[in-house]
Amino acid sequence: MTTYRHWRLETDGEGFAWLHFDHADASTNVLSSEALAELGELIDRFHRHLPRGLVILSAKSKGFIAGADVREFTRIENRRQALDLIQTAQRHFHRLERLPCPTIARIHGFCLGGGLELALACHYRVALEEPGTRLGVPEIRLGIHPGFGGSVRLIRRIGAPKAFEMMLSGRTIDARTARRLGLVDHAVPERHLDRACRHLLQHPPRRKRPAWWLRLSDTAPVRPLFAELLRRQVVKRAPPKHYPAPYALIDLWQRHGAGSDAMFEAEAESVADLILTETSRNLVRVFFLRERLKGHGRKDKTPFEQAHVIGAGVMGGDIAAWCSVQGLKVGIQDRAPEYVAPAVQRAWRLFARKFKRGHERTAAGDRFIPDPKSLQLGRADVVIEAIIENLEAKRNLFRDLESSVKSDALLATNTSSIPLEELAEALRQPERLVGLHFFNPVAKMQLVEVVRGVRTSEACAAKAAAFAHRIGKLPLPVRSAPGFLVNRVLMPYLMEAVIMLEEGVPAEAIDHAATDFGMPMGPILLADTVGLDICLAVADILSRQLGGEVPTLLREKVSAKQLGRKTGKGFYAYKRGKPVARKHAESPLPQEAIEERLILRLLNECVAVLGEKVVEDADLVDAGMIFGTGFAPFRGGPMHYLKKRGIEACLNRLEALTQRYGERFKPDKGWEGLKCVGQ
Amino acid sequence: MTTRNLPMRGRPVYVIDGSRTPCLKARGVPGPFTASDLALRAAQPLLARQPFEPHEFDQVILGCAIPGPDEANIARVVALRAGCGKAVPAWTVQRNCGSGMQAIDSAARDIAAGRSGLVLAGGAEAMSHAPVLFNQAMVTWLGQWQRARRLSDRLRQLAQFRLSHLAPIIGLLRGLTDPTVGLIMGKTAEILAWRFGVSREEMDAFARQSHRRLAAAQAEGRLADEIEPLFDGGGEFYDHDNGVRPDVTLEKLAALKPVFDRDFGLVTAGNSSQVTDGAAWLILASEEAVKRYDLNVMGQIVDCTWAGLDPAQMGLGPVYASASLLQRQRLGMDQIDFWEINEAFAAQVLACLKALADETFCREELGLDHPLGEIGHDRLNVDGGAIAVGHPVGMSGARIVLHLLRILQQKQGDLGLATLCIGGGQGGAMLLKRV
Repeated sequence: MTTYRHWRLETDGEGFAWLHFDHADASTNVLSSEALAELGELIDRFHRHLPRGLVILSAKSKGFIAGADVREFTRIENRRQALDLIQTAQRHFHRLERLPCPTIARIHGFCLGGGLELALACHYRVALEEPGTRLGVPEIRLGIHPGFGGSVRLIRRIGAPKAFEMMLSGRTIDARTARRLGLVDHAVPERHLDRACRHLLQHPPRRKRPAWWLRLSDTAPVRPLFAELLRRQVVKRAPPKHYPAPYALIDLWQRHGAGSDAMFEAEAESVADLILTETSRNLVRVFFLRERLKGHGRKDKTPFEQAHVIGAGVMGGDIAAWCSVQGLKVGIQDRAPEYVAPAVQRAWRLFARKFKRGHERTAAGDRFIPDPKSLQLGRADVVIEAIIENLEAKRNLFRDLESSVKSDALLATNTSSIPLEELAEALRQPERLVGLHFFNPVAKMQLVEVVRGVRTSEACAAKAAAFAHRIGKLPLPVRSAPGFLVNRVLMPYLMEAVIMLEEGVPAEAIDHAATDFGMPMGPILLADTVGLDICLAVADILSRQLGGEVPTLLREKVSAKQLGRKTGKGFYAYKRGKPVARKHAESPLPQEAIEERLILRLLNECVAVLGEKVVEDADLVDAGMIFGTGFAPFRGGPMHYLKKRGIEACLNRLEALTQRYGERFKPDKGWEGLKCVGQ
Repeated sequence: MTTRNLPMRGRPVYVIDGSRTPCLKARGVPGPFTASDLALRAAQPLLARQPFEPHEFDQVILGCAIPGPDEANIARVVALRAGCGKAVPAWTVQRNCGSGMQAIDSAARDIAAGRSGLVLAGGAEAMSHAPVLFNQAMVTWLGQWQRARRLSDRLRQLAQFRLSHLAPIIGLLRGLTDPTVGLIMGKTAEILAWRFGVSREEMDAFARQSHRRLAAAQAEGRLADEIEPLFDGGGEFYDHDNGVRPDVTLEKLAALKPVFDRDFGLVTAGNSSQVTDGAAWLILASEEAVKRYDLNVMGQIVDCTWAGLDPAQMGLGPVYASASLLQRQRLGMDQIDFWEINEAFAAQVLACLKALADETFCREELGLDHPLGEIGHDRLNVDGGAIAVGHPVGMSGARIVLHLLRILQQKQGDLGLATLCIGGGQGGAMLLKRV
């Protein structure tokens, strides 16, 4: 009997074959080309010696199959190679589907991308009904779409509306939802998983089809209408210029329909095209940047159970609520109950959004402990300070709490402007203090800057990153320097936008130039959303420490109490929380010029930050800006974009802008270092 | 001497800490917290400040008269939610208004007997969450509807429906009504007022004093250590017993109409305890546990008695229970420094005082050759009682024990006696000693 590196075949007494996927040298199963080749051989073998039934299952505790091997994507050099890889997989899956015996995918944990496509090529699917079970086709996030026949089979299985919802958003669903959609045949607890498989093998039922009205959307007359509807939805989130994949998927479906086998061929061709696009390459890059950030959080193995947040303002309260959502017990402390109460209210709203089942919501609420008397402090594994940005207040707090906390508790501050070193002076063990700089809104923003002061120990920095990872955030190690990475880089970009406002460029034109470049939100709207008072405070601090001027217009707005969205008026006026924007605003500056001024100031600051070693390397600048600000992911990050545009070209433009607009565009000395590396 | 009159024996039992929620006045709709929510939020700060872990308790005992439908064995529900862990057993006790005191007594007995070393015990009640039930006719009709399969059966069943089926049963009113004598608690207070000649003026004056005393204790911050604030999901917080009326006058009280005997009665909403939600916990420990964890001792639980009497005069429960307690501990009333008599009704507390001092009553009812004596108002409910604080039925027993221990500490008293009347015709009394 042949042995396989990644698969283990067992045949039981009843003649059923159980095929265990156990990818060698990995903790997660991925469909590497090697694993796929072996699967192909196995399927051939099943065709020759037909088992009574076949169950495909995973031997990994984490899940079924996490998808294709993204690492292999980066090695694809030409279209031929891409098409080969895709068509081989498609062939295997076709032969799997055509096995005349009943076949089942037994799914637990992650079942994503190629993994779900494999499962769809089986006759039946049985999923473990647990929160950890997630099914989905997230390919769209890598700038492609399902390519192993998944788009065809998913539409055939659950109908076009739901299939497109999954494919275009890339969102995953749990086992129960999958059962409701008909994506899986059974969603059962672990004790029934094998029983359900056996039952299906022994009494294979007719394979399920979606309801007639769902099938209707796949017919030739309806397809163009529905496709148009889909395009209109997608265009709001992903303009075709930057993100071609969703449109390619909709197009090929409209042309062929999932009822015809021609769609398989078209799907393969389309993915082969997409995988080589700049967008896809950059999104794959973003995928690895994310993995790299996660890696920072895996070095330390502290089992965090309880957190404690001091300062129940918006940031503190939301950090605490998020900890609770992520399963930690958390004390939320402030001077008196009246300061804690609003945080409790916001937390309850978050729990209601995050947990649909009553007992889960109650449990999250129970973990969230309002603690005005600071009784929970001594039980916390991590203490996060989030009180007002006042050096003395923070120092006093740390001085007081050092003797009450657990000896191995991590001490963290959420400060965005006070140097860690100055705070650490208050501590007897200054090496314990780290910065955990969260972004607003906490529940949405993935990035946490893990700030390391001069005296912070390596172990504490690693522990802080592990904590960020534990609560589902992406830790970015930064050096304690004014504004760290994100605020520092963002500020010149925002200030340039305000300067243009002063020059008479309409807010709408500025924001449009930025969003057209690929930013999730224009700088003016962003400033309004963050709050102009907060922008001004940060700008003041940064300009004091780094030089530069704060535009007068910003000061005027703040002194006029027009603080942005929260006061109903800032740079925009707001109606029911929505900005009143003019459709066609005449701009004295062409869009390219606006974009250039915004982006070049941002790039210049990125180079400065890199030169000062605020983060380790250019990739981390990119990671920070993408996950901290949503910087156009399809561009792969600002530094990546800069290199694509050419270091010399950018420098020349900066110099030209300096001539025209003055010192603020003067290239940072960091460019020198960059040029050396570039050569 | 009968066996019933043997004092508690065995190892000493200490109370080392305790906490409670504020008592929240019911406003006619379910309050923001269920009984288990209340008990949880009282427990969290209490457990956090202990030098031991919550899973080191030997057991958790909670008194609750009407747990919600999701709170069967509410003690276990709270123990798990508070993080005591799966291995700590928990059980619920029910003795109506005595439930909270029963929980403490049960814990004390197990410690005295050497079966437990460290016990979390208390009481909780969310009276505003008392269920509203379908009546019997409606339940029967629903059952038949379930069985009716054919259309004709269903139509016939539908025709049987009467609007009267929808008349609800108010769980709280039933719970406060004695089923054997058919009297709601307020009427038993009316009976006592009549028997002992308690006047409306006396009652109202007593009620005013209760409010004033509680208000003073609040103003002086003497309850701050006892009460843990509550936070609801709507951005509100509660840090004091909110039924208190510091400015209540005799005129205002006199203007209130009797609630139970509507025409000629004396018992009003103003001179009765308030319908409220709340929870209280105490931590009881053996000497060994006190040493092991180096715990601060608040006081000692010396003894506890329970007595039965005519349900129609249940308000005299404290007299019977206290008499038996004092007798078997060979104590005179003057040796008790401070008293907490739960204020179910002003009439009932005043009747108890009169009964204790009444020679005939003490001879005929208690078999004593002398009256037990008098309790000066300077020694009784010195920080007010249930008329001002509220009377969450299952909680009150635990609350008065906790508060009396604080009083003994604050005022350097030696012995304290906490006692309450219990719907159904019982009384409970607990003797506490400052250590």
